[in-house]
Amino acid sequence: MSRVRADEEEYWHSSKFRAFTFDDEDDELSQLKESKRTVNSLRDIVDDDDDDLERVSWSGEPVGSISWSIKETASGSTTSLDGRDSSLQKGSSSYAALPKQPSSYSLSSLFKGRNKLSSFQSLSDALTDTGVKNYAPELRRPKAEYKDYSSDWSPKDTVRRMQRGKVCSLERFRSLQDKLVLLDEAVAGHDGNVITAVLIFLKRTLRREILFRELEVRQVALCHLIHFLREMGEQKFLLDLLRFLDRTEEVALSQYREHLNIQDVEKRREFLKGCIGLPFSAEDTSHIQDHYTLLERQIIIEANDRHLEMAGQSELFRKYPRKASILNMPLVTTLFYSCFYHYTEAEGMFSSPTNLKKTFKIPDKQYVLTALAARAKLRAWGDVDALLTTKNWLGYTKKKAPIGFHRVVEILQRNNAPVQVLQEYVRLVEDVDTRLNLATKYKCHDVVIETYRDLKDRIQLTAYKCKVERGSAEEEKIHSILSN
Amino acid sequence: QAIVWDEYLTGPFGLIAQYSLLKEHEVEKMFTLKPGRLPPADVKNIIFFVRPKLELMDIITDNVLREDRGRSPQRDFHILFVPRRSLLCEQWLKEQGVLGSFIHREQYSLDLIPFDGDLLSMESESAFKECYLESDQTSLYHAAKGLMTLQALYGTIPQIFGKGDCARHVANMMIRMKREFPGSQNSIFPVFDTLLLLDRNVDLLTPLATQLTYEGLIDEIYGIQNTYVKLPPEKFAPKKQGEGGKDLPTEPKKLQLNSAEELYAEIRDKNFNAVGSVLSKKAKIISAAFEERHHAKTVGEIKQFVSQLPHMQAARSSLANHTSIAELIKDITTSEDFFDNLTVEQEFMSGVDTDKVNNYIEDCIAQKHPLIKILRLVCLQSVCNSGLKQKVLDHYKREILQTYGYEHILTLNNLEKAGLLKPQTSGRNNYPTIRKTLRLWMDDVNEQNPNDISYVYSGYAPLSVRLAQLLARPGWRSIEEVLKMLPGPHFEERQQLPTGLQKKRQHGENRVTLVFFLGGVTYAELAALRFLSQMEDGGTEYVIATTKLINGTTWIKSLMEKLEPAPF
Repeated sequence: MSRVRADEEEYWHSSKFRAFTFDDEDDELSQLKESKRTVNSLRDIVDDDDDDLERVSWSGEPVGSISWSIKETASGSTTSLDGRDSSLQKGSSSYAALPKQPSSYSLSSLFKGRNKLSSFQSLSDALTDTGVKNYAPELRRPKAEYKDYSSDWSPKDTVRRMQRGKVCSLERFRSLQDKLVLLDEAVAGHDGNVITAVLIFLKRTLRREILFRELEVRQVALCHLIHFLREMGEQKFLLDLLRFLDRTEEVALSQYREHLNIQDVEKRREFLKGCIGLPFSAEDTSHIQDHYTLLERQIIIEANDRHLEMAGQSELFRKYPRKASILNMPLVTTLFYSCFYHYTEAEGMFSSPTNLKKTFKIPDKQYVLTALAARAKLRAWGDVDALLTTKNWLGYTKKKAPIGFHRVVEILQRNNAPVQVLQEYVRLVEDVDTRLNLATKYKCHDVVIETYRDLKDRIQLTAYKCKVERGSAEEEKIHSILSN
Repeated sequence: QAIVWDEYLTGPFGLIAQYSLLKEHEVEKMFTLKPGRLPPADVKNIIFFVRPKLELMDIITDNVLREDRGRSPQRDFHILFVPRRSLLCEQWLKEQGVLGSFIHREQYSLDLIPFDGDLLSMESESAFKECYLESDQTSLYHAAKGLMTLQALYGTIPQIFGKGDCARHVANMMIRMKREFPGSQNSIFPVFDTLLLLDRNVDLLTPLATQLTYEGLIDEIYGIQNTYVKLPPEKFAPKKQGEGGKDLPTEPKKLQLNSAEELYAEIRDKNFNAVGSVLSKKAKIISAAFEERHHAKTVGEIKQFVSQLPHMQAARSSLANHTSIAELIKDITTSEDFFDNLTVEQEFMSGVDTDKVNNYIEDCIAQKHPLIKILRLVCLQSVCNSGLKQKVLDHYKREILQTYGYEHILTLNNLEKAGLLKPQTSGRNNYPTIRKTLRLWMDDVNEQNPNDISYVYSGYAPLSVRLAQLLARPGWRSIEEVLKMLPGPHFEERQQLPTGLQKKRQHGENRVTLVFFLGGVTYAELAALRFLSQMEDGGTEYVIATTKLINGTTWIKSLMEKLEPAPF
């Protein structure tokens, strides 16, 4: 089957149509012919008007489309193809030949009997148009169904007809009473498509206040209208509705969502400014405020830095040209940027990291992590050292890392820090096993040796001798420790 | 005529009709839907096969407007909505002024598509979002319609059980539809004994956890679409001597995965840790079979060997494929990060430290791991704690917004509405009770020879499947208290059968239950149900239907606010 499948791929992926080959030509052709015969005979029965669309609606496979596919699936199997000579009439004997079925009641085995015309007819009887459509859209098309505008359908019938995909004129429903009955029928039918259709009609023919009032007591319909308005982008109508319903938080969020559609940063900033006063929850309000402030800062920084970069005066910008504009970036990215390009600036400057930290109350951990990554990228090891050094009130200095020194080591290592720098921080990792691990991994020999010395582990220390260079200072050190 | 395809639909349609069939129906050309002018084709009719989506309507509008009016013969346009006609879309086309260009507007209602011998899917990816965020029950209406069709084919299902609001809705609609079509009493002997309708929001936990079955992991890592998976090609390069790896394929390798493949049927539902041994056993058997040729002496023996060759070749290539896939997966499952992630998941599910900020999640945010991964973990923690403490929730929110951008406030809001991420309101954590009563966490899990469904998540037994299992034996009456803690009503309905059709069960004959997951189901849950079907003394076999096959990532993604792409 692989040949057929490969062809199929081509077919789907290129628009060129190709001649195709069947591995077992007789077999499939005969089946196709047979299904076509079946269809043709069906067509005689229902006396369908044979328009263009009918031909493509896959009426050729009304009866077997599902079992067909399972058969196709099965044909990809490793079982012999002999099992496939069964005709569609026999249903799924080919599948039954498969090894290891997870359940003896596999669906395909259930498809038996469905292919017989009799059972199919009973299906159409059972479900009328709607159900049949799944398999044979052309089967039931009494001429009467096309006479949409002539008859006087009740609301119930109208809804039912619409559920079957017929377009009905709703204009006949003039009084408010009639319209509401129609809406309630639609809601009871649960078909969102019909509910939406009725709502579009009501929206067009009712005054807003009345529509809103009636929808307030019809929650399902209300949800559909809200969804419809959102999808169609009828923002103003939507906001009016939500305000009427007093769903203030939703109004706020819905309005805030709008900013995503504004490309111009200045306009976006103005818009966000307007969002601050909206009735968000307390927590969200502060986030929205931050969003606005951040964009405001970014606009200032961007203007400044673009100027700097163009002028070509700043060595930093020359050496590390910016990859993208900082506009609309998340806060942490902005902080990284500012630690990279504006690290030494005084707190008064908008672009200084300390200013950002203060304004947005960035936690210590987050700040250290970001600053560390930025300074390490620039290989500014002095800054790294200063960042991790704290002074207590007696003036003693102490190394402290709110993120843990193992993380510090990871970040530095990723930025190819030299061993001398790295080992200083590896030494500070508190957990002995982690420390040994990191030290061994990054070849911080001194740290390994000292740790084994402190552990008084002669065996490991002796073993480690082969890891250091012959005649090096490290080897010397091991010797002197061992001989003590 | 020519068909213009919404690319997404080619997958599902490929499952139900081969192109030879289309050719048979005089389809001359096929194109994929994209903006711009339609390619020239000497056809009279152009038919658009599309999902009812507004963004697709815009493309169609563009196509139609750019059509050369002067050409002859003029081409006629038709539009076929799959799976349902949408007035919203037609309204849209009308506003663009092109609605009149379409001579026919129809729907091809495709309710349930067969995916495998025991699996049907509606492939409606937004069903969960529609039901729980937008209160749009259209997908439920179609689920009910699909079930009516199924009953018309396989007989009325005498017993209906359900749990959840959507389940209740679907059952109501089914009863209503039956009443409205009086002729629907059919004379088919019922195949299904029971229908179980389950809301996805009854069990929000399961899809969030990483699936650990073979098929589940393939889906988690590479994503299975309409039974096909695309894999990185490197491992599939033909290893022939002399070629020296010069022609490495660059196109992703595409494979179809279903139970028709003997080997896949055997390993798909196994815990990944049990797959390796099966594969190596198979490898030995196959190489032994190929060795046989040295022993074939007589013509008869040779002939027999040759006749088996095609089967052996196929088995060998199947084995090669799955060995490669297993290797790819192993690279990931043995990584440190996969392990850390799994550890945290398992801690949450077994009830450890669900009430405080988790270090690993914080670290992941700091390192800017993909947002969806973070959301999965945070939601998992929230679900396993019946909501997070306000302080913890605020902390996570702040970190996420600061690191990934404030606009994600919209997504967080959606997750909150869906109940996935919420503050603990009642001040009471029900999860431990639910976990203990339903035995959701099993410490002694056997991955190689499982004796319980918990093997699919290496310890966690999916809640949804546990409900199905307990329904079959001993019945839901035993877990009334827990059912009340889960959202939505639980109920039972009976559909009368004509006397002649009532089943007289043979002793030892299995009951057949159709489980319908409203809002999606994962491959691991399928595996767990198949495991129950195969249990020797289980007494129940399961057929599964769903609105969509999901995993945590696709599921969360469907709930995320569509954000404009970054401006660069």
